[in-house]
Order: sequence, then C-alpha cells, then structure tokens
Amino acid sequence: MGDPRLLEVLASGPMTTVQDLGRPGHGHLGVGRSGAADRGSLRLANRLLANPEGAAALEVTLGGLRVTAHGDLLVALTGAPCPATVTCRDGGKRQLGHNAVEPLPDGATLRLGVPGRGLRTYLAVRGGIDLTPVLGSLATDTLAGLGPPRPVQGSLLPVGPPPARFPTLDLAPVADPPCGDVLLHVIAGPRDDWFAAGALDRLCAEPYLVTTDSDRVGMRLCGPALERARTGELPSEGMVPGALQVPPSGQPTLFLADHPLTGGYPVIAVVCSRDVDRAAQARPGQRVRFRLI
Amino acid sequence: MDTSQSARDGATAPTVRRYGDTALLVELATLDDVIALYGTLTADPVPGVTDLLPAARTLLIRCDSPARLGQVETAVRAARPAASRPAPAGEVTIPVVYDGADLAEVAKLTGLSERDVVAAHTGTPWTVAFCGFAPGFGYLAGGDPRLVVPRRPEPRVRVPAGSVALAAEFSAVYPRESPGGWRLIGRTALAVWDLAADPPALLRPGVRVRFTEVRDG
Repeated sequence: MGDPRLLEVLASGPMTTVQDLGRPGHGHLGVGRSGAADRGSLRLANRLLANPEGAAALEVTLGGLRVTAHGDLLVALTGAPCPATVTCRDGGKRQLGHNAVEPLPDGATLRLGVPGRGLRTYLAVRGGIDLTPVLGSLATDTLAGLGPPRPVQGSLLPVGPPPARFPTLDLAPVADPPCGDVLLHVIAGPRDDWFAAGALDRLCAEPYLVTTDSDRVGMRLCGPALERARTGELPSEGMVPGALQVPPSGQPTLFLADHPLTGGYPVIAVVCSRDVDRAAQARPGQRVRFRLI
Repeated sequence: MDTSQSARDGATAPTVRRYGDTALLVELATLDDVIALYGTLTADPVPGVTDLLPAARTLLIRCDSPARLGQVETAVRAARPAASRPAPAGEVTIPVVYDGADLAEVAKLTGLSERDVVAAHTGTPWTVAFCGFAPGFGYLAGGDPRLVVPRRPEPRVRVPAGSVALAAEFSAVYPRESPGGWRLIGRTALAVWDLAADPPALLRPGVRVRFTEVRDG
C-alpha cells in the first residue's frame, strides 16, 4: 500500500459528526450509548461496503459536507438522500447514487447538497473512519462531550484497512425518509399514570410539529398539551432513546441518541425501537403522528 | 439460598414496568433496594442485558432486542437480591478545601455552623449510589442525614470542575465544568473523571468515599 488513505474535510456544513453504533454498557459510569441517530442507515451504509456494521462513518446534518479523497476509496451514502456531486482531478463531474456503492478516486472531491427529505445523511467509507476510540467507540456524544474531535475544515480522517470481504450489492432498494407526516408507533408508559385521563389519546389524536429546538439530544415537539394528573417531579430515573418526556409545559420532548441518561419529568410513552430511526430523520417543520401499539 | 430468604424478598416484590420495547424500569422502595438489585444483576448478569442504570428509586435495564425483553423480565422478576449490603467496590479518600460559595447558605439551611457542616461531611463515609447527569458524576448517599438540603432555586450556568456539592440526600463532585444546581461547599484537586484511566470514573456505584479537609487544594 502506498500513502495512507484518508478523507480531507473541506467544509463540514451545519453539523457533521463521526458516529458508530455507540458505547453500550457504560450507563453506570454516567456515560450514554450515543452513536448514529439513525442506526439503521449507518448499518446499511456499512453493509453495502462489506464493513462491520458498526464501523465509524460521518453523520451529516442537512448536507453541506465537502471532502477530498486521498487514495482510491469506496463510499456509500444512506439516510437522507441529498445531491452528491463528485469532481474528479481532471475536472470531470458526476452524481453519486444513494444507498449505493460508489468509487471516490484519489483526489476527487465529494460535495453534499441539502437533502430534499430527511435530516441526516451517512457517508461511510470502505475500511471505516479509523480514529482513536473513546471508551471503545467513535461515537460523538454531543451532550456528554465525549468522542473524537468534531470534523472541521482541514480535518484529516484516516480510513482503516479494507475488510477481507467484498461488497456483494451495488445498490440497496430502501425507502427514502417520508416527506409528509411521520408515523411513529409508541408503547404507553412507564409513567402514563402521571397524566390526566385521556392524555394518551390526546398524544395520538393530532400530529405534533417538530420545532427548530431539535438536535441529537432530542426533538422538542409542539402540539396538544399533555395534562398531568400529578404535579412535582419524580426522583430522577433512567431515560432511553425514543422516550417522550413531558415537562410541566405539557409539550413532549422525543429523546434521540444523545439523550440525558436520567431525567425527573415523567415519560408518557416510548417510540418503539424500530421507529426511532425514522424519528431521527424528521426535520424541523415536519410533523410526527403517534399511534399506540 | 434458603426458602425463608426467598419468601421474605417475595413479600416486597418490586414493580417492573415496561419501558418501550427494549427496556424495563424496576421501581424499588429505597435506594438500598436499588443498590442490592443492581449488585445482584451485576454479579450474575442476565443474558441480553446491555445496560444497567441505577437511580434513586429505580433501576433501568436495557436489553439488546425487543425479542429478548420477555426473557429478561422473567429473569429480573426471579432475581433475589441479597439482604445484606454488597461489599464496597473500592474506597476513595477525597481531599477537600471547604470554601464553597454556598457553605454559609448550607449552614443556615441545616441550622449547623459552617464548621459543623464540614465535620458532618467528613465524619460519615458516603457510598456511590449511581452515576448520572454527566460522565463520572457520582451520586453519593449514606452521609450524615443533617446535610439534606434542597437544590438552589436557580441553577448556576457554570460550576467549576472539582466542586464538592450537596443536594437532597446526596453529595457529589463535579467531574468537569458544567451548569449545575447543587449547593457548593468546597473543591477538590482530585480528578474524578479521567479518560486515560481504566475505568475512567473514580466514583462508580458501590465505591465508598471519605472526604477529608485540607487547607489548600
């Protein structure tokens, strides 16, 4: 092998982080799992490239990323589909497919536009991004301040050695994130008994708007207020991704990958695990609709 | 285990609540019950469990897939925590300069003199009950019951790393600079969170902590 293979960051857009599948098993130390907000899309990108499912990749929020390949790379884009233009050394341009295995030759620059739907795009590279893990993971926990340095202009992201297996698919037929209302299935509890009768029905009756006060920690929602039957706070208890925590305002927050480990406001219901990825792709201004299962 | 032990524990069976499709929330009567169940499930892990998160009156149990949740629930309901406290997971002495911004306020709230607050804080060993709020932020329980004080009405935007603080029945050391609403009574130069260490948290559940007064940090 010649020179080391890496991705050079020319621009990182509104918010780009390195993510893998997180660091489970550290909750007792006050450290959450974190990892890709849309875990399914990260897994898919890695599977396309025959990487281990949890290899580290870039989570790009609302596009804006520009990177140059050093060495010949294979990449895959998943999650929110965005215009992806490659400019090669000779000036030739081409568009990259989504959910597809694509070459990014030495010296070529990839530019991601703003996705037409969805919020988070994953750029994985065959071999994975190869930085020094923090507590066994390359996840960036924005709340706890753990993980590799945030990619910024000039960052050089080393690419790991390619795995022994080769990609077997060129393209994965996967539905794009929805552009209308996002349906999320929820399971009642654990603290639905803290709410007035009918609060669960109310949660599921009308859609909630995803506000701009949303990030990897959680999404503040705006819709019918969920009235409490009890006042006060619980002794702080553990939180999970997908938990719908309800502060005294009655407007729920939907927790995502970097949620606080514990909280004192009651959780009325939890988004089922397979729908949390879809929630993480809902954009501010979009609406989510809950259905009890 | 003898049957009388099982019968006794069975009488105070905890409430187990489903928490989404991959977690359970076990509600327990006291912090000691939380620590006991946490100790049991740590010593004898249930297959499929990825995370155990003890808190003041609950233990959150996360597992690796919805398909496992039923099995895990059965195993958790069958767990019989030891009646006695688990052995300490280690001992730490924390040197503290007691010059915190809220020391006078804590004295007023408790009806003690500032010197008595220091004597009470150093006089009884504490035990880390659980971690939360931030990496390495241990909730220390079991201290002198006269030191129970409410949080500040308005949290501080910036609490320096190493601040030693009180809130409710707990004491804590801020692992790094952060916002915070606890009452600050002192500071320590001892790092309680160090990513270069293994494990990085000094104050892990079960660790016994003794505070000692020093003149200079």
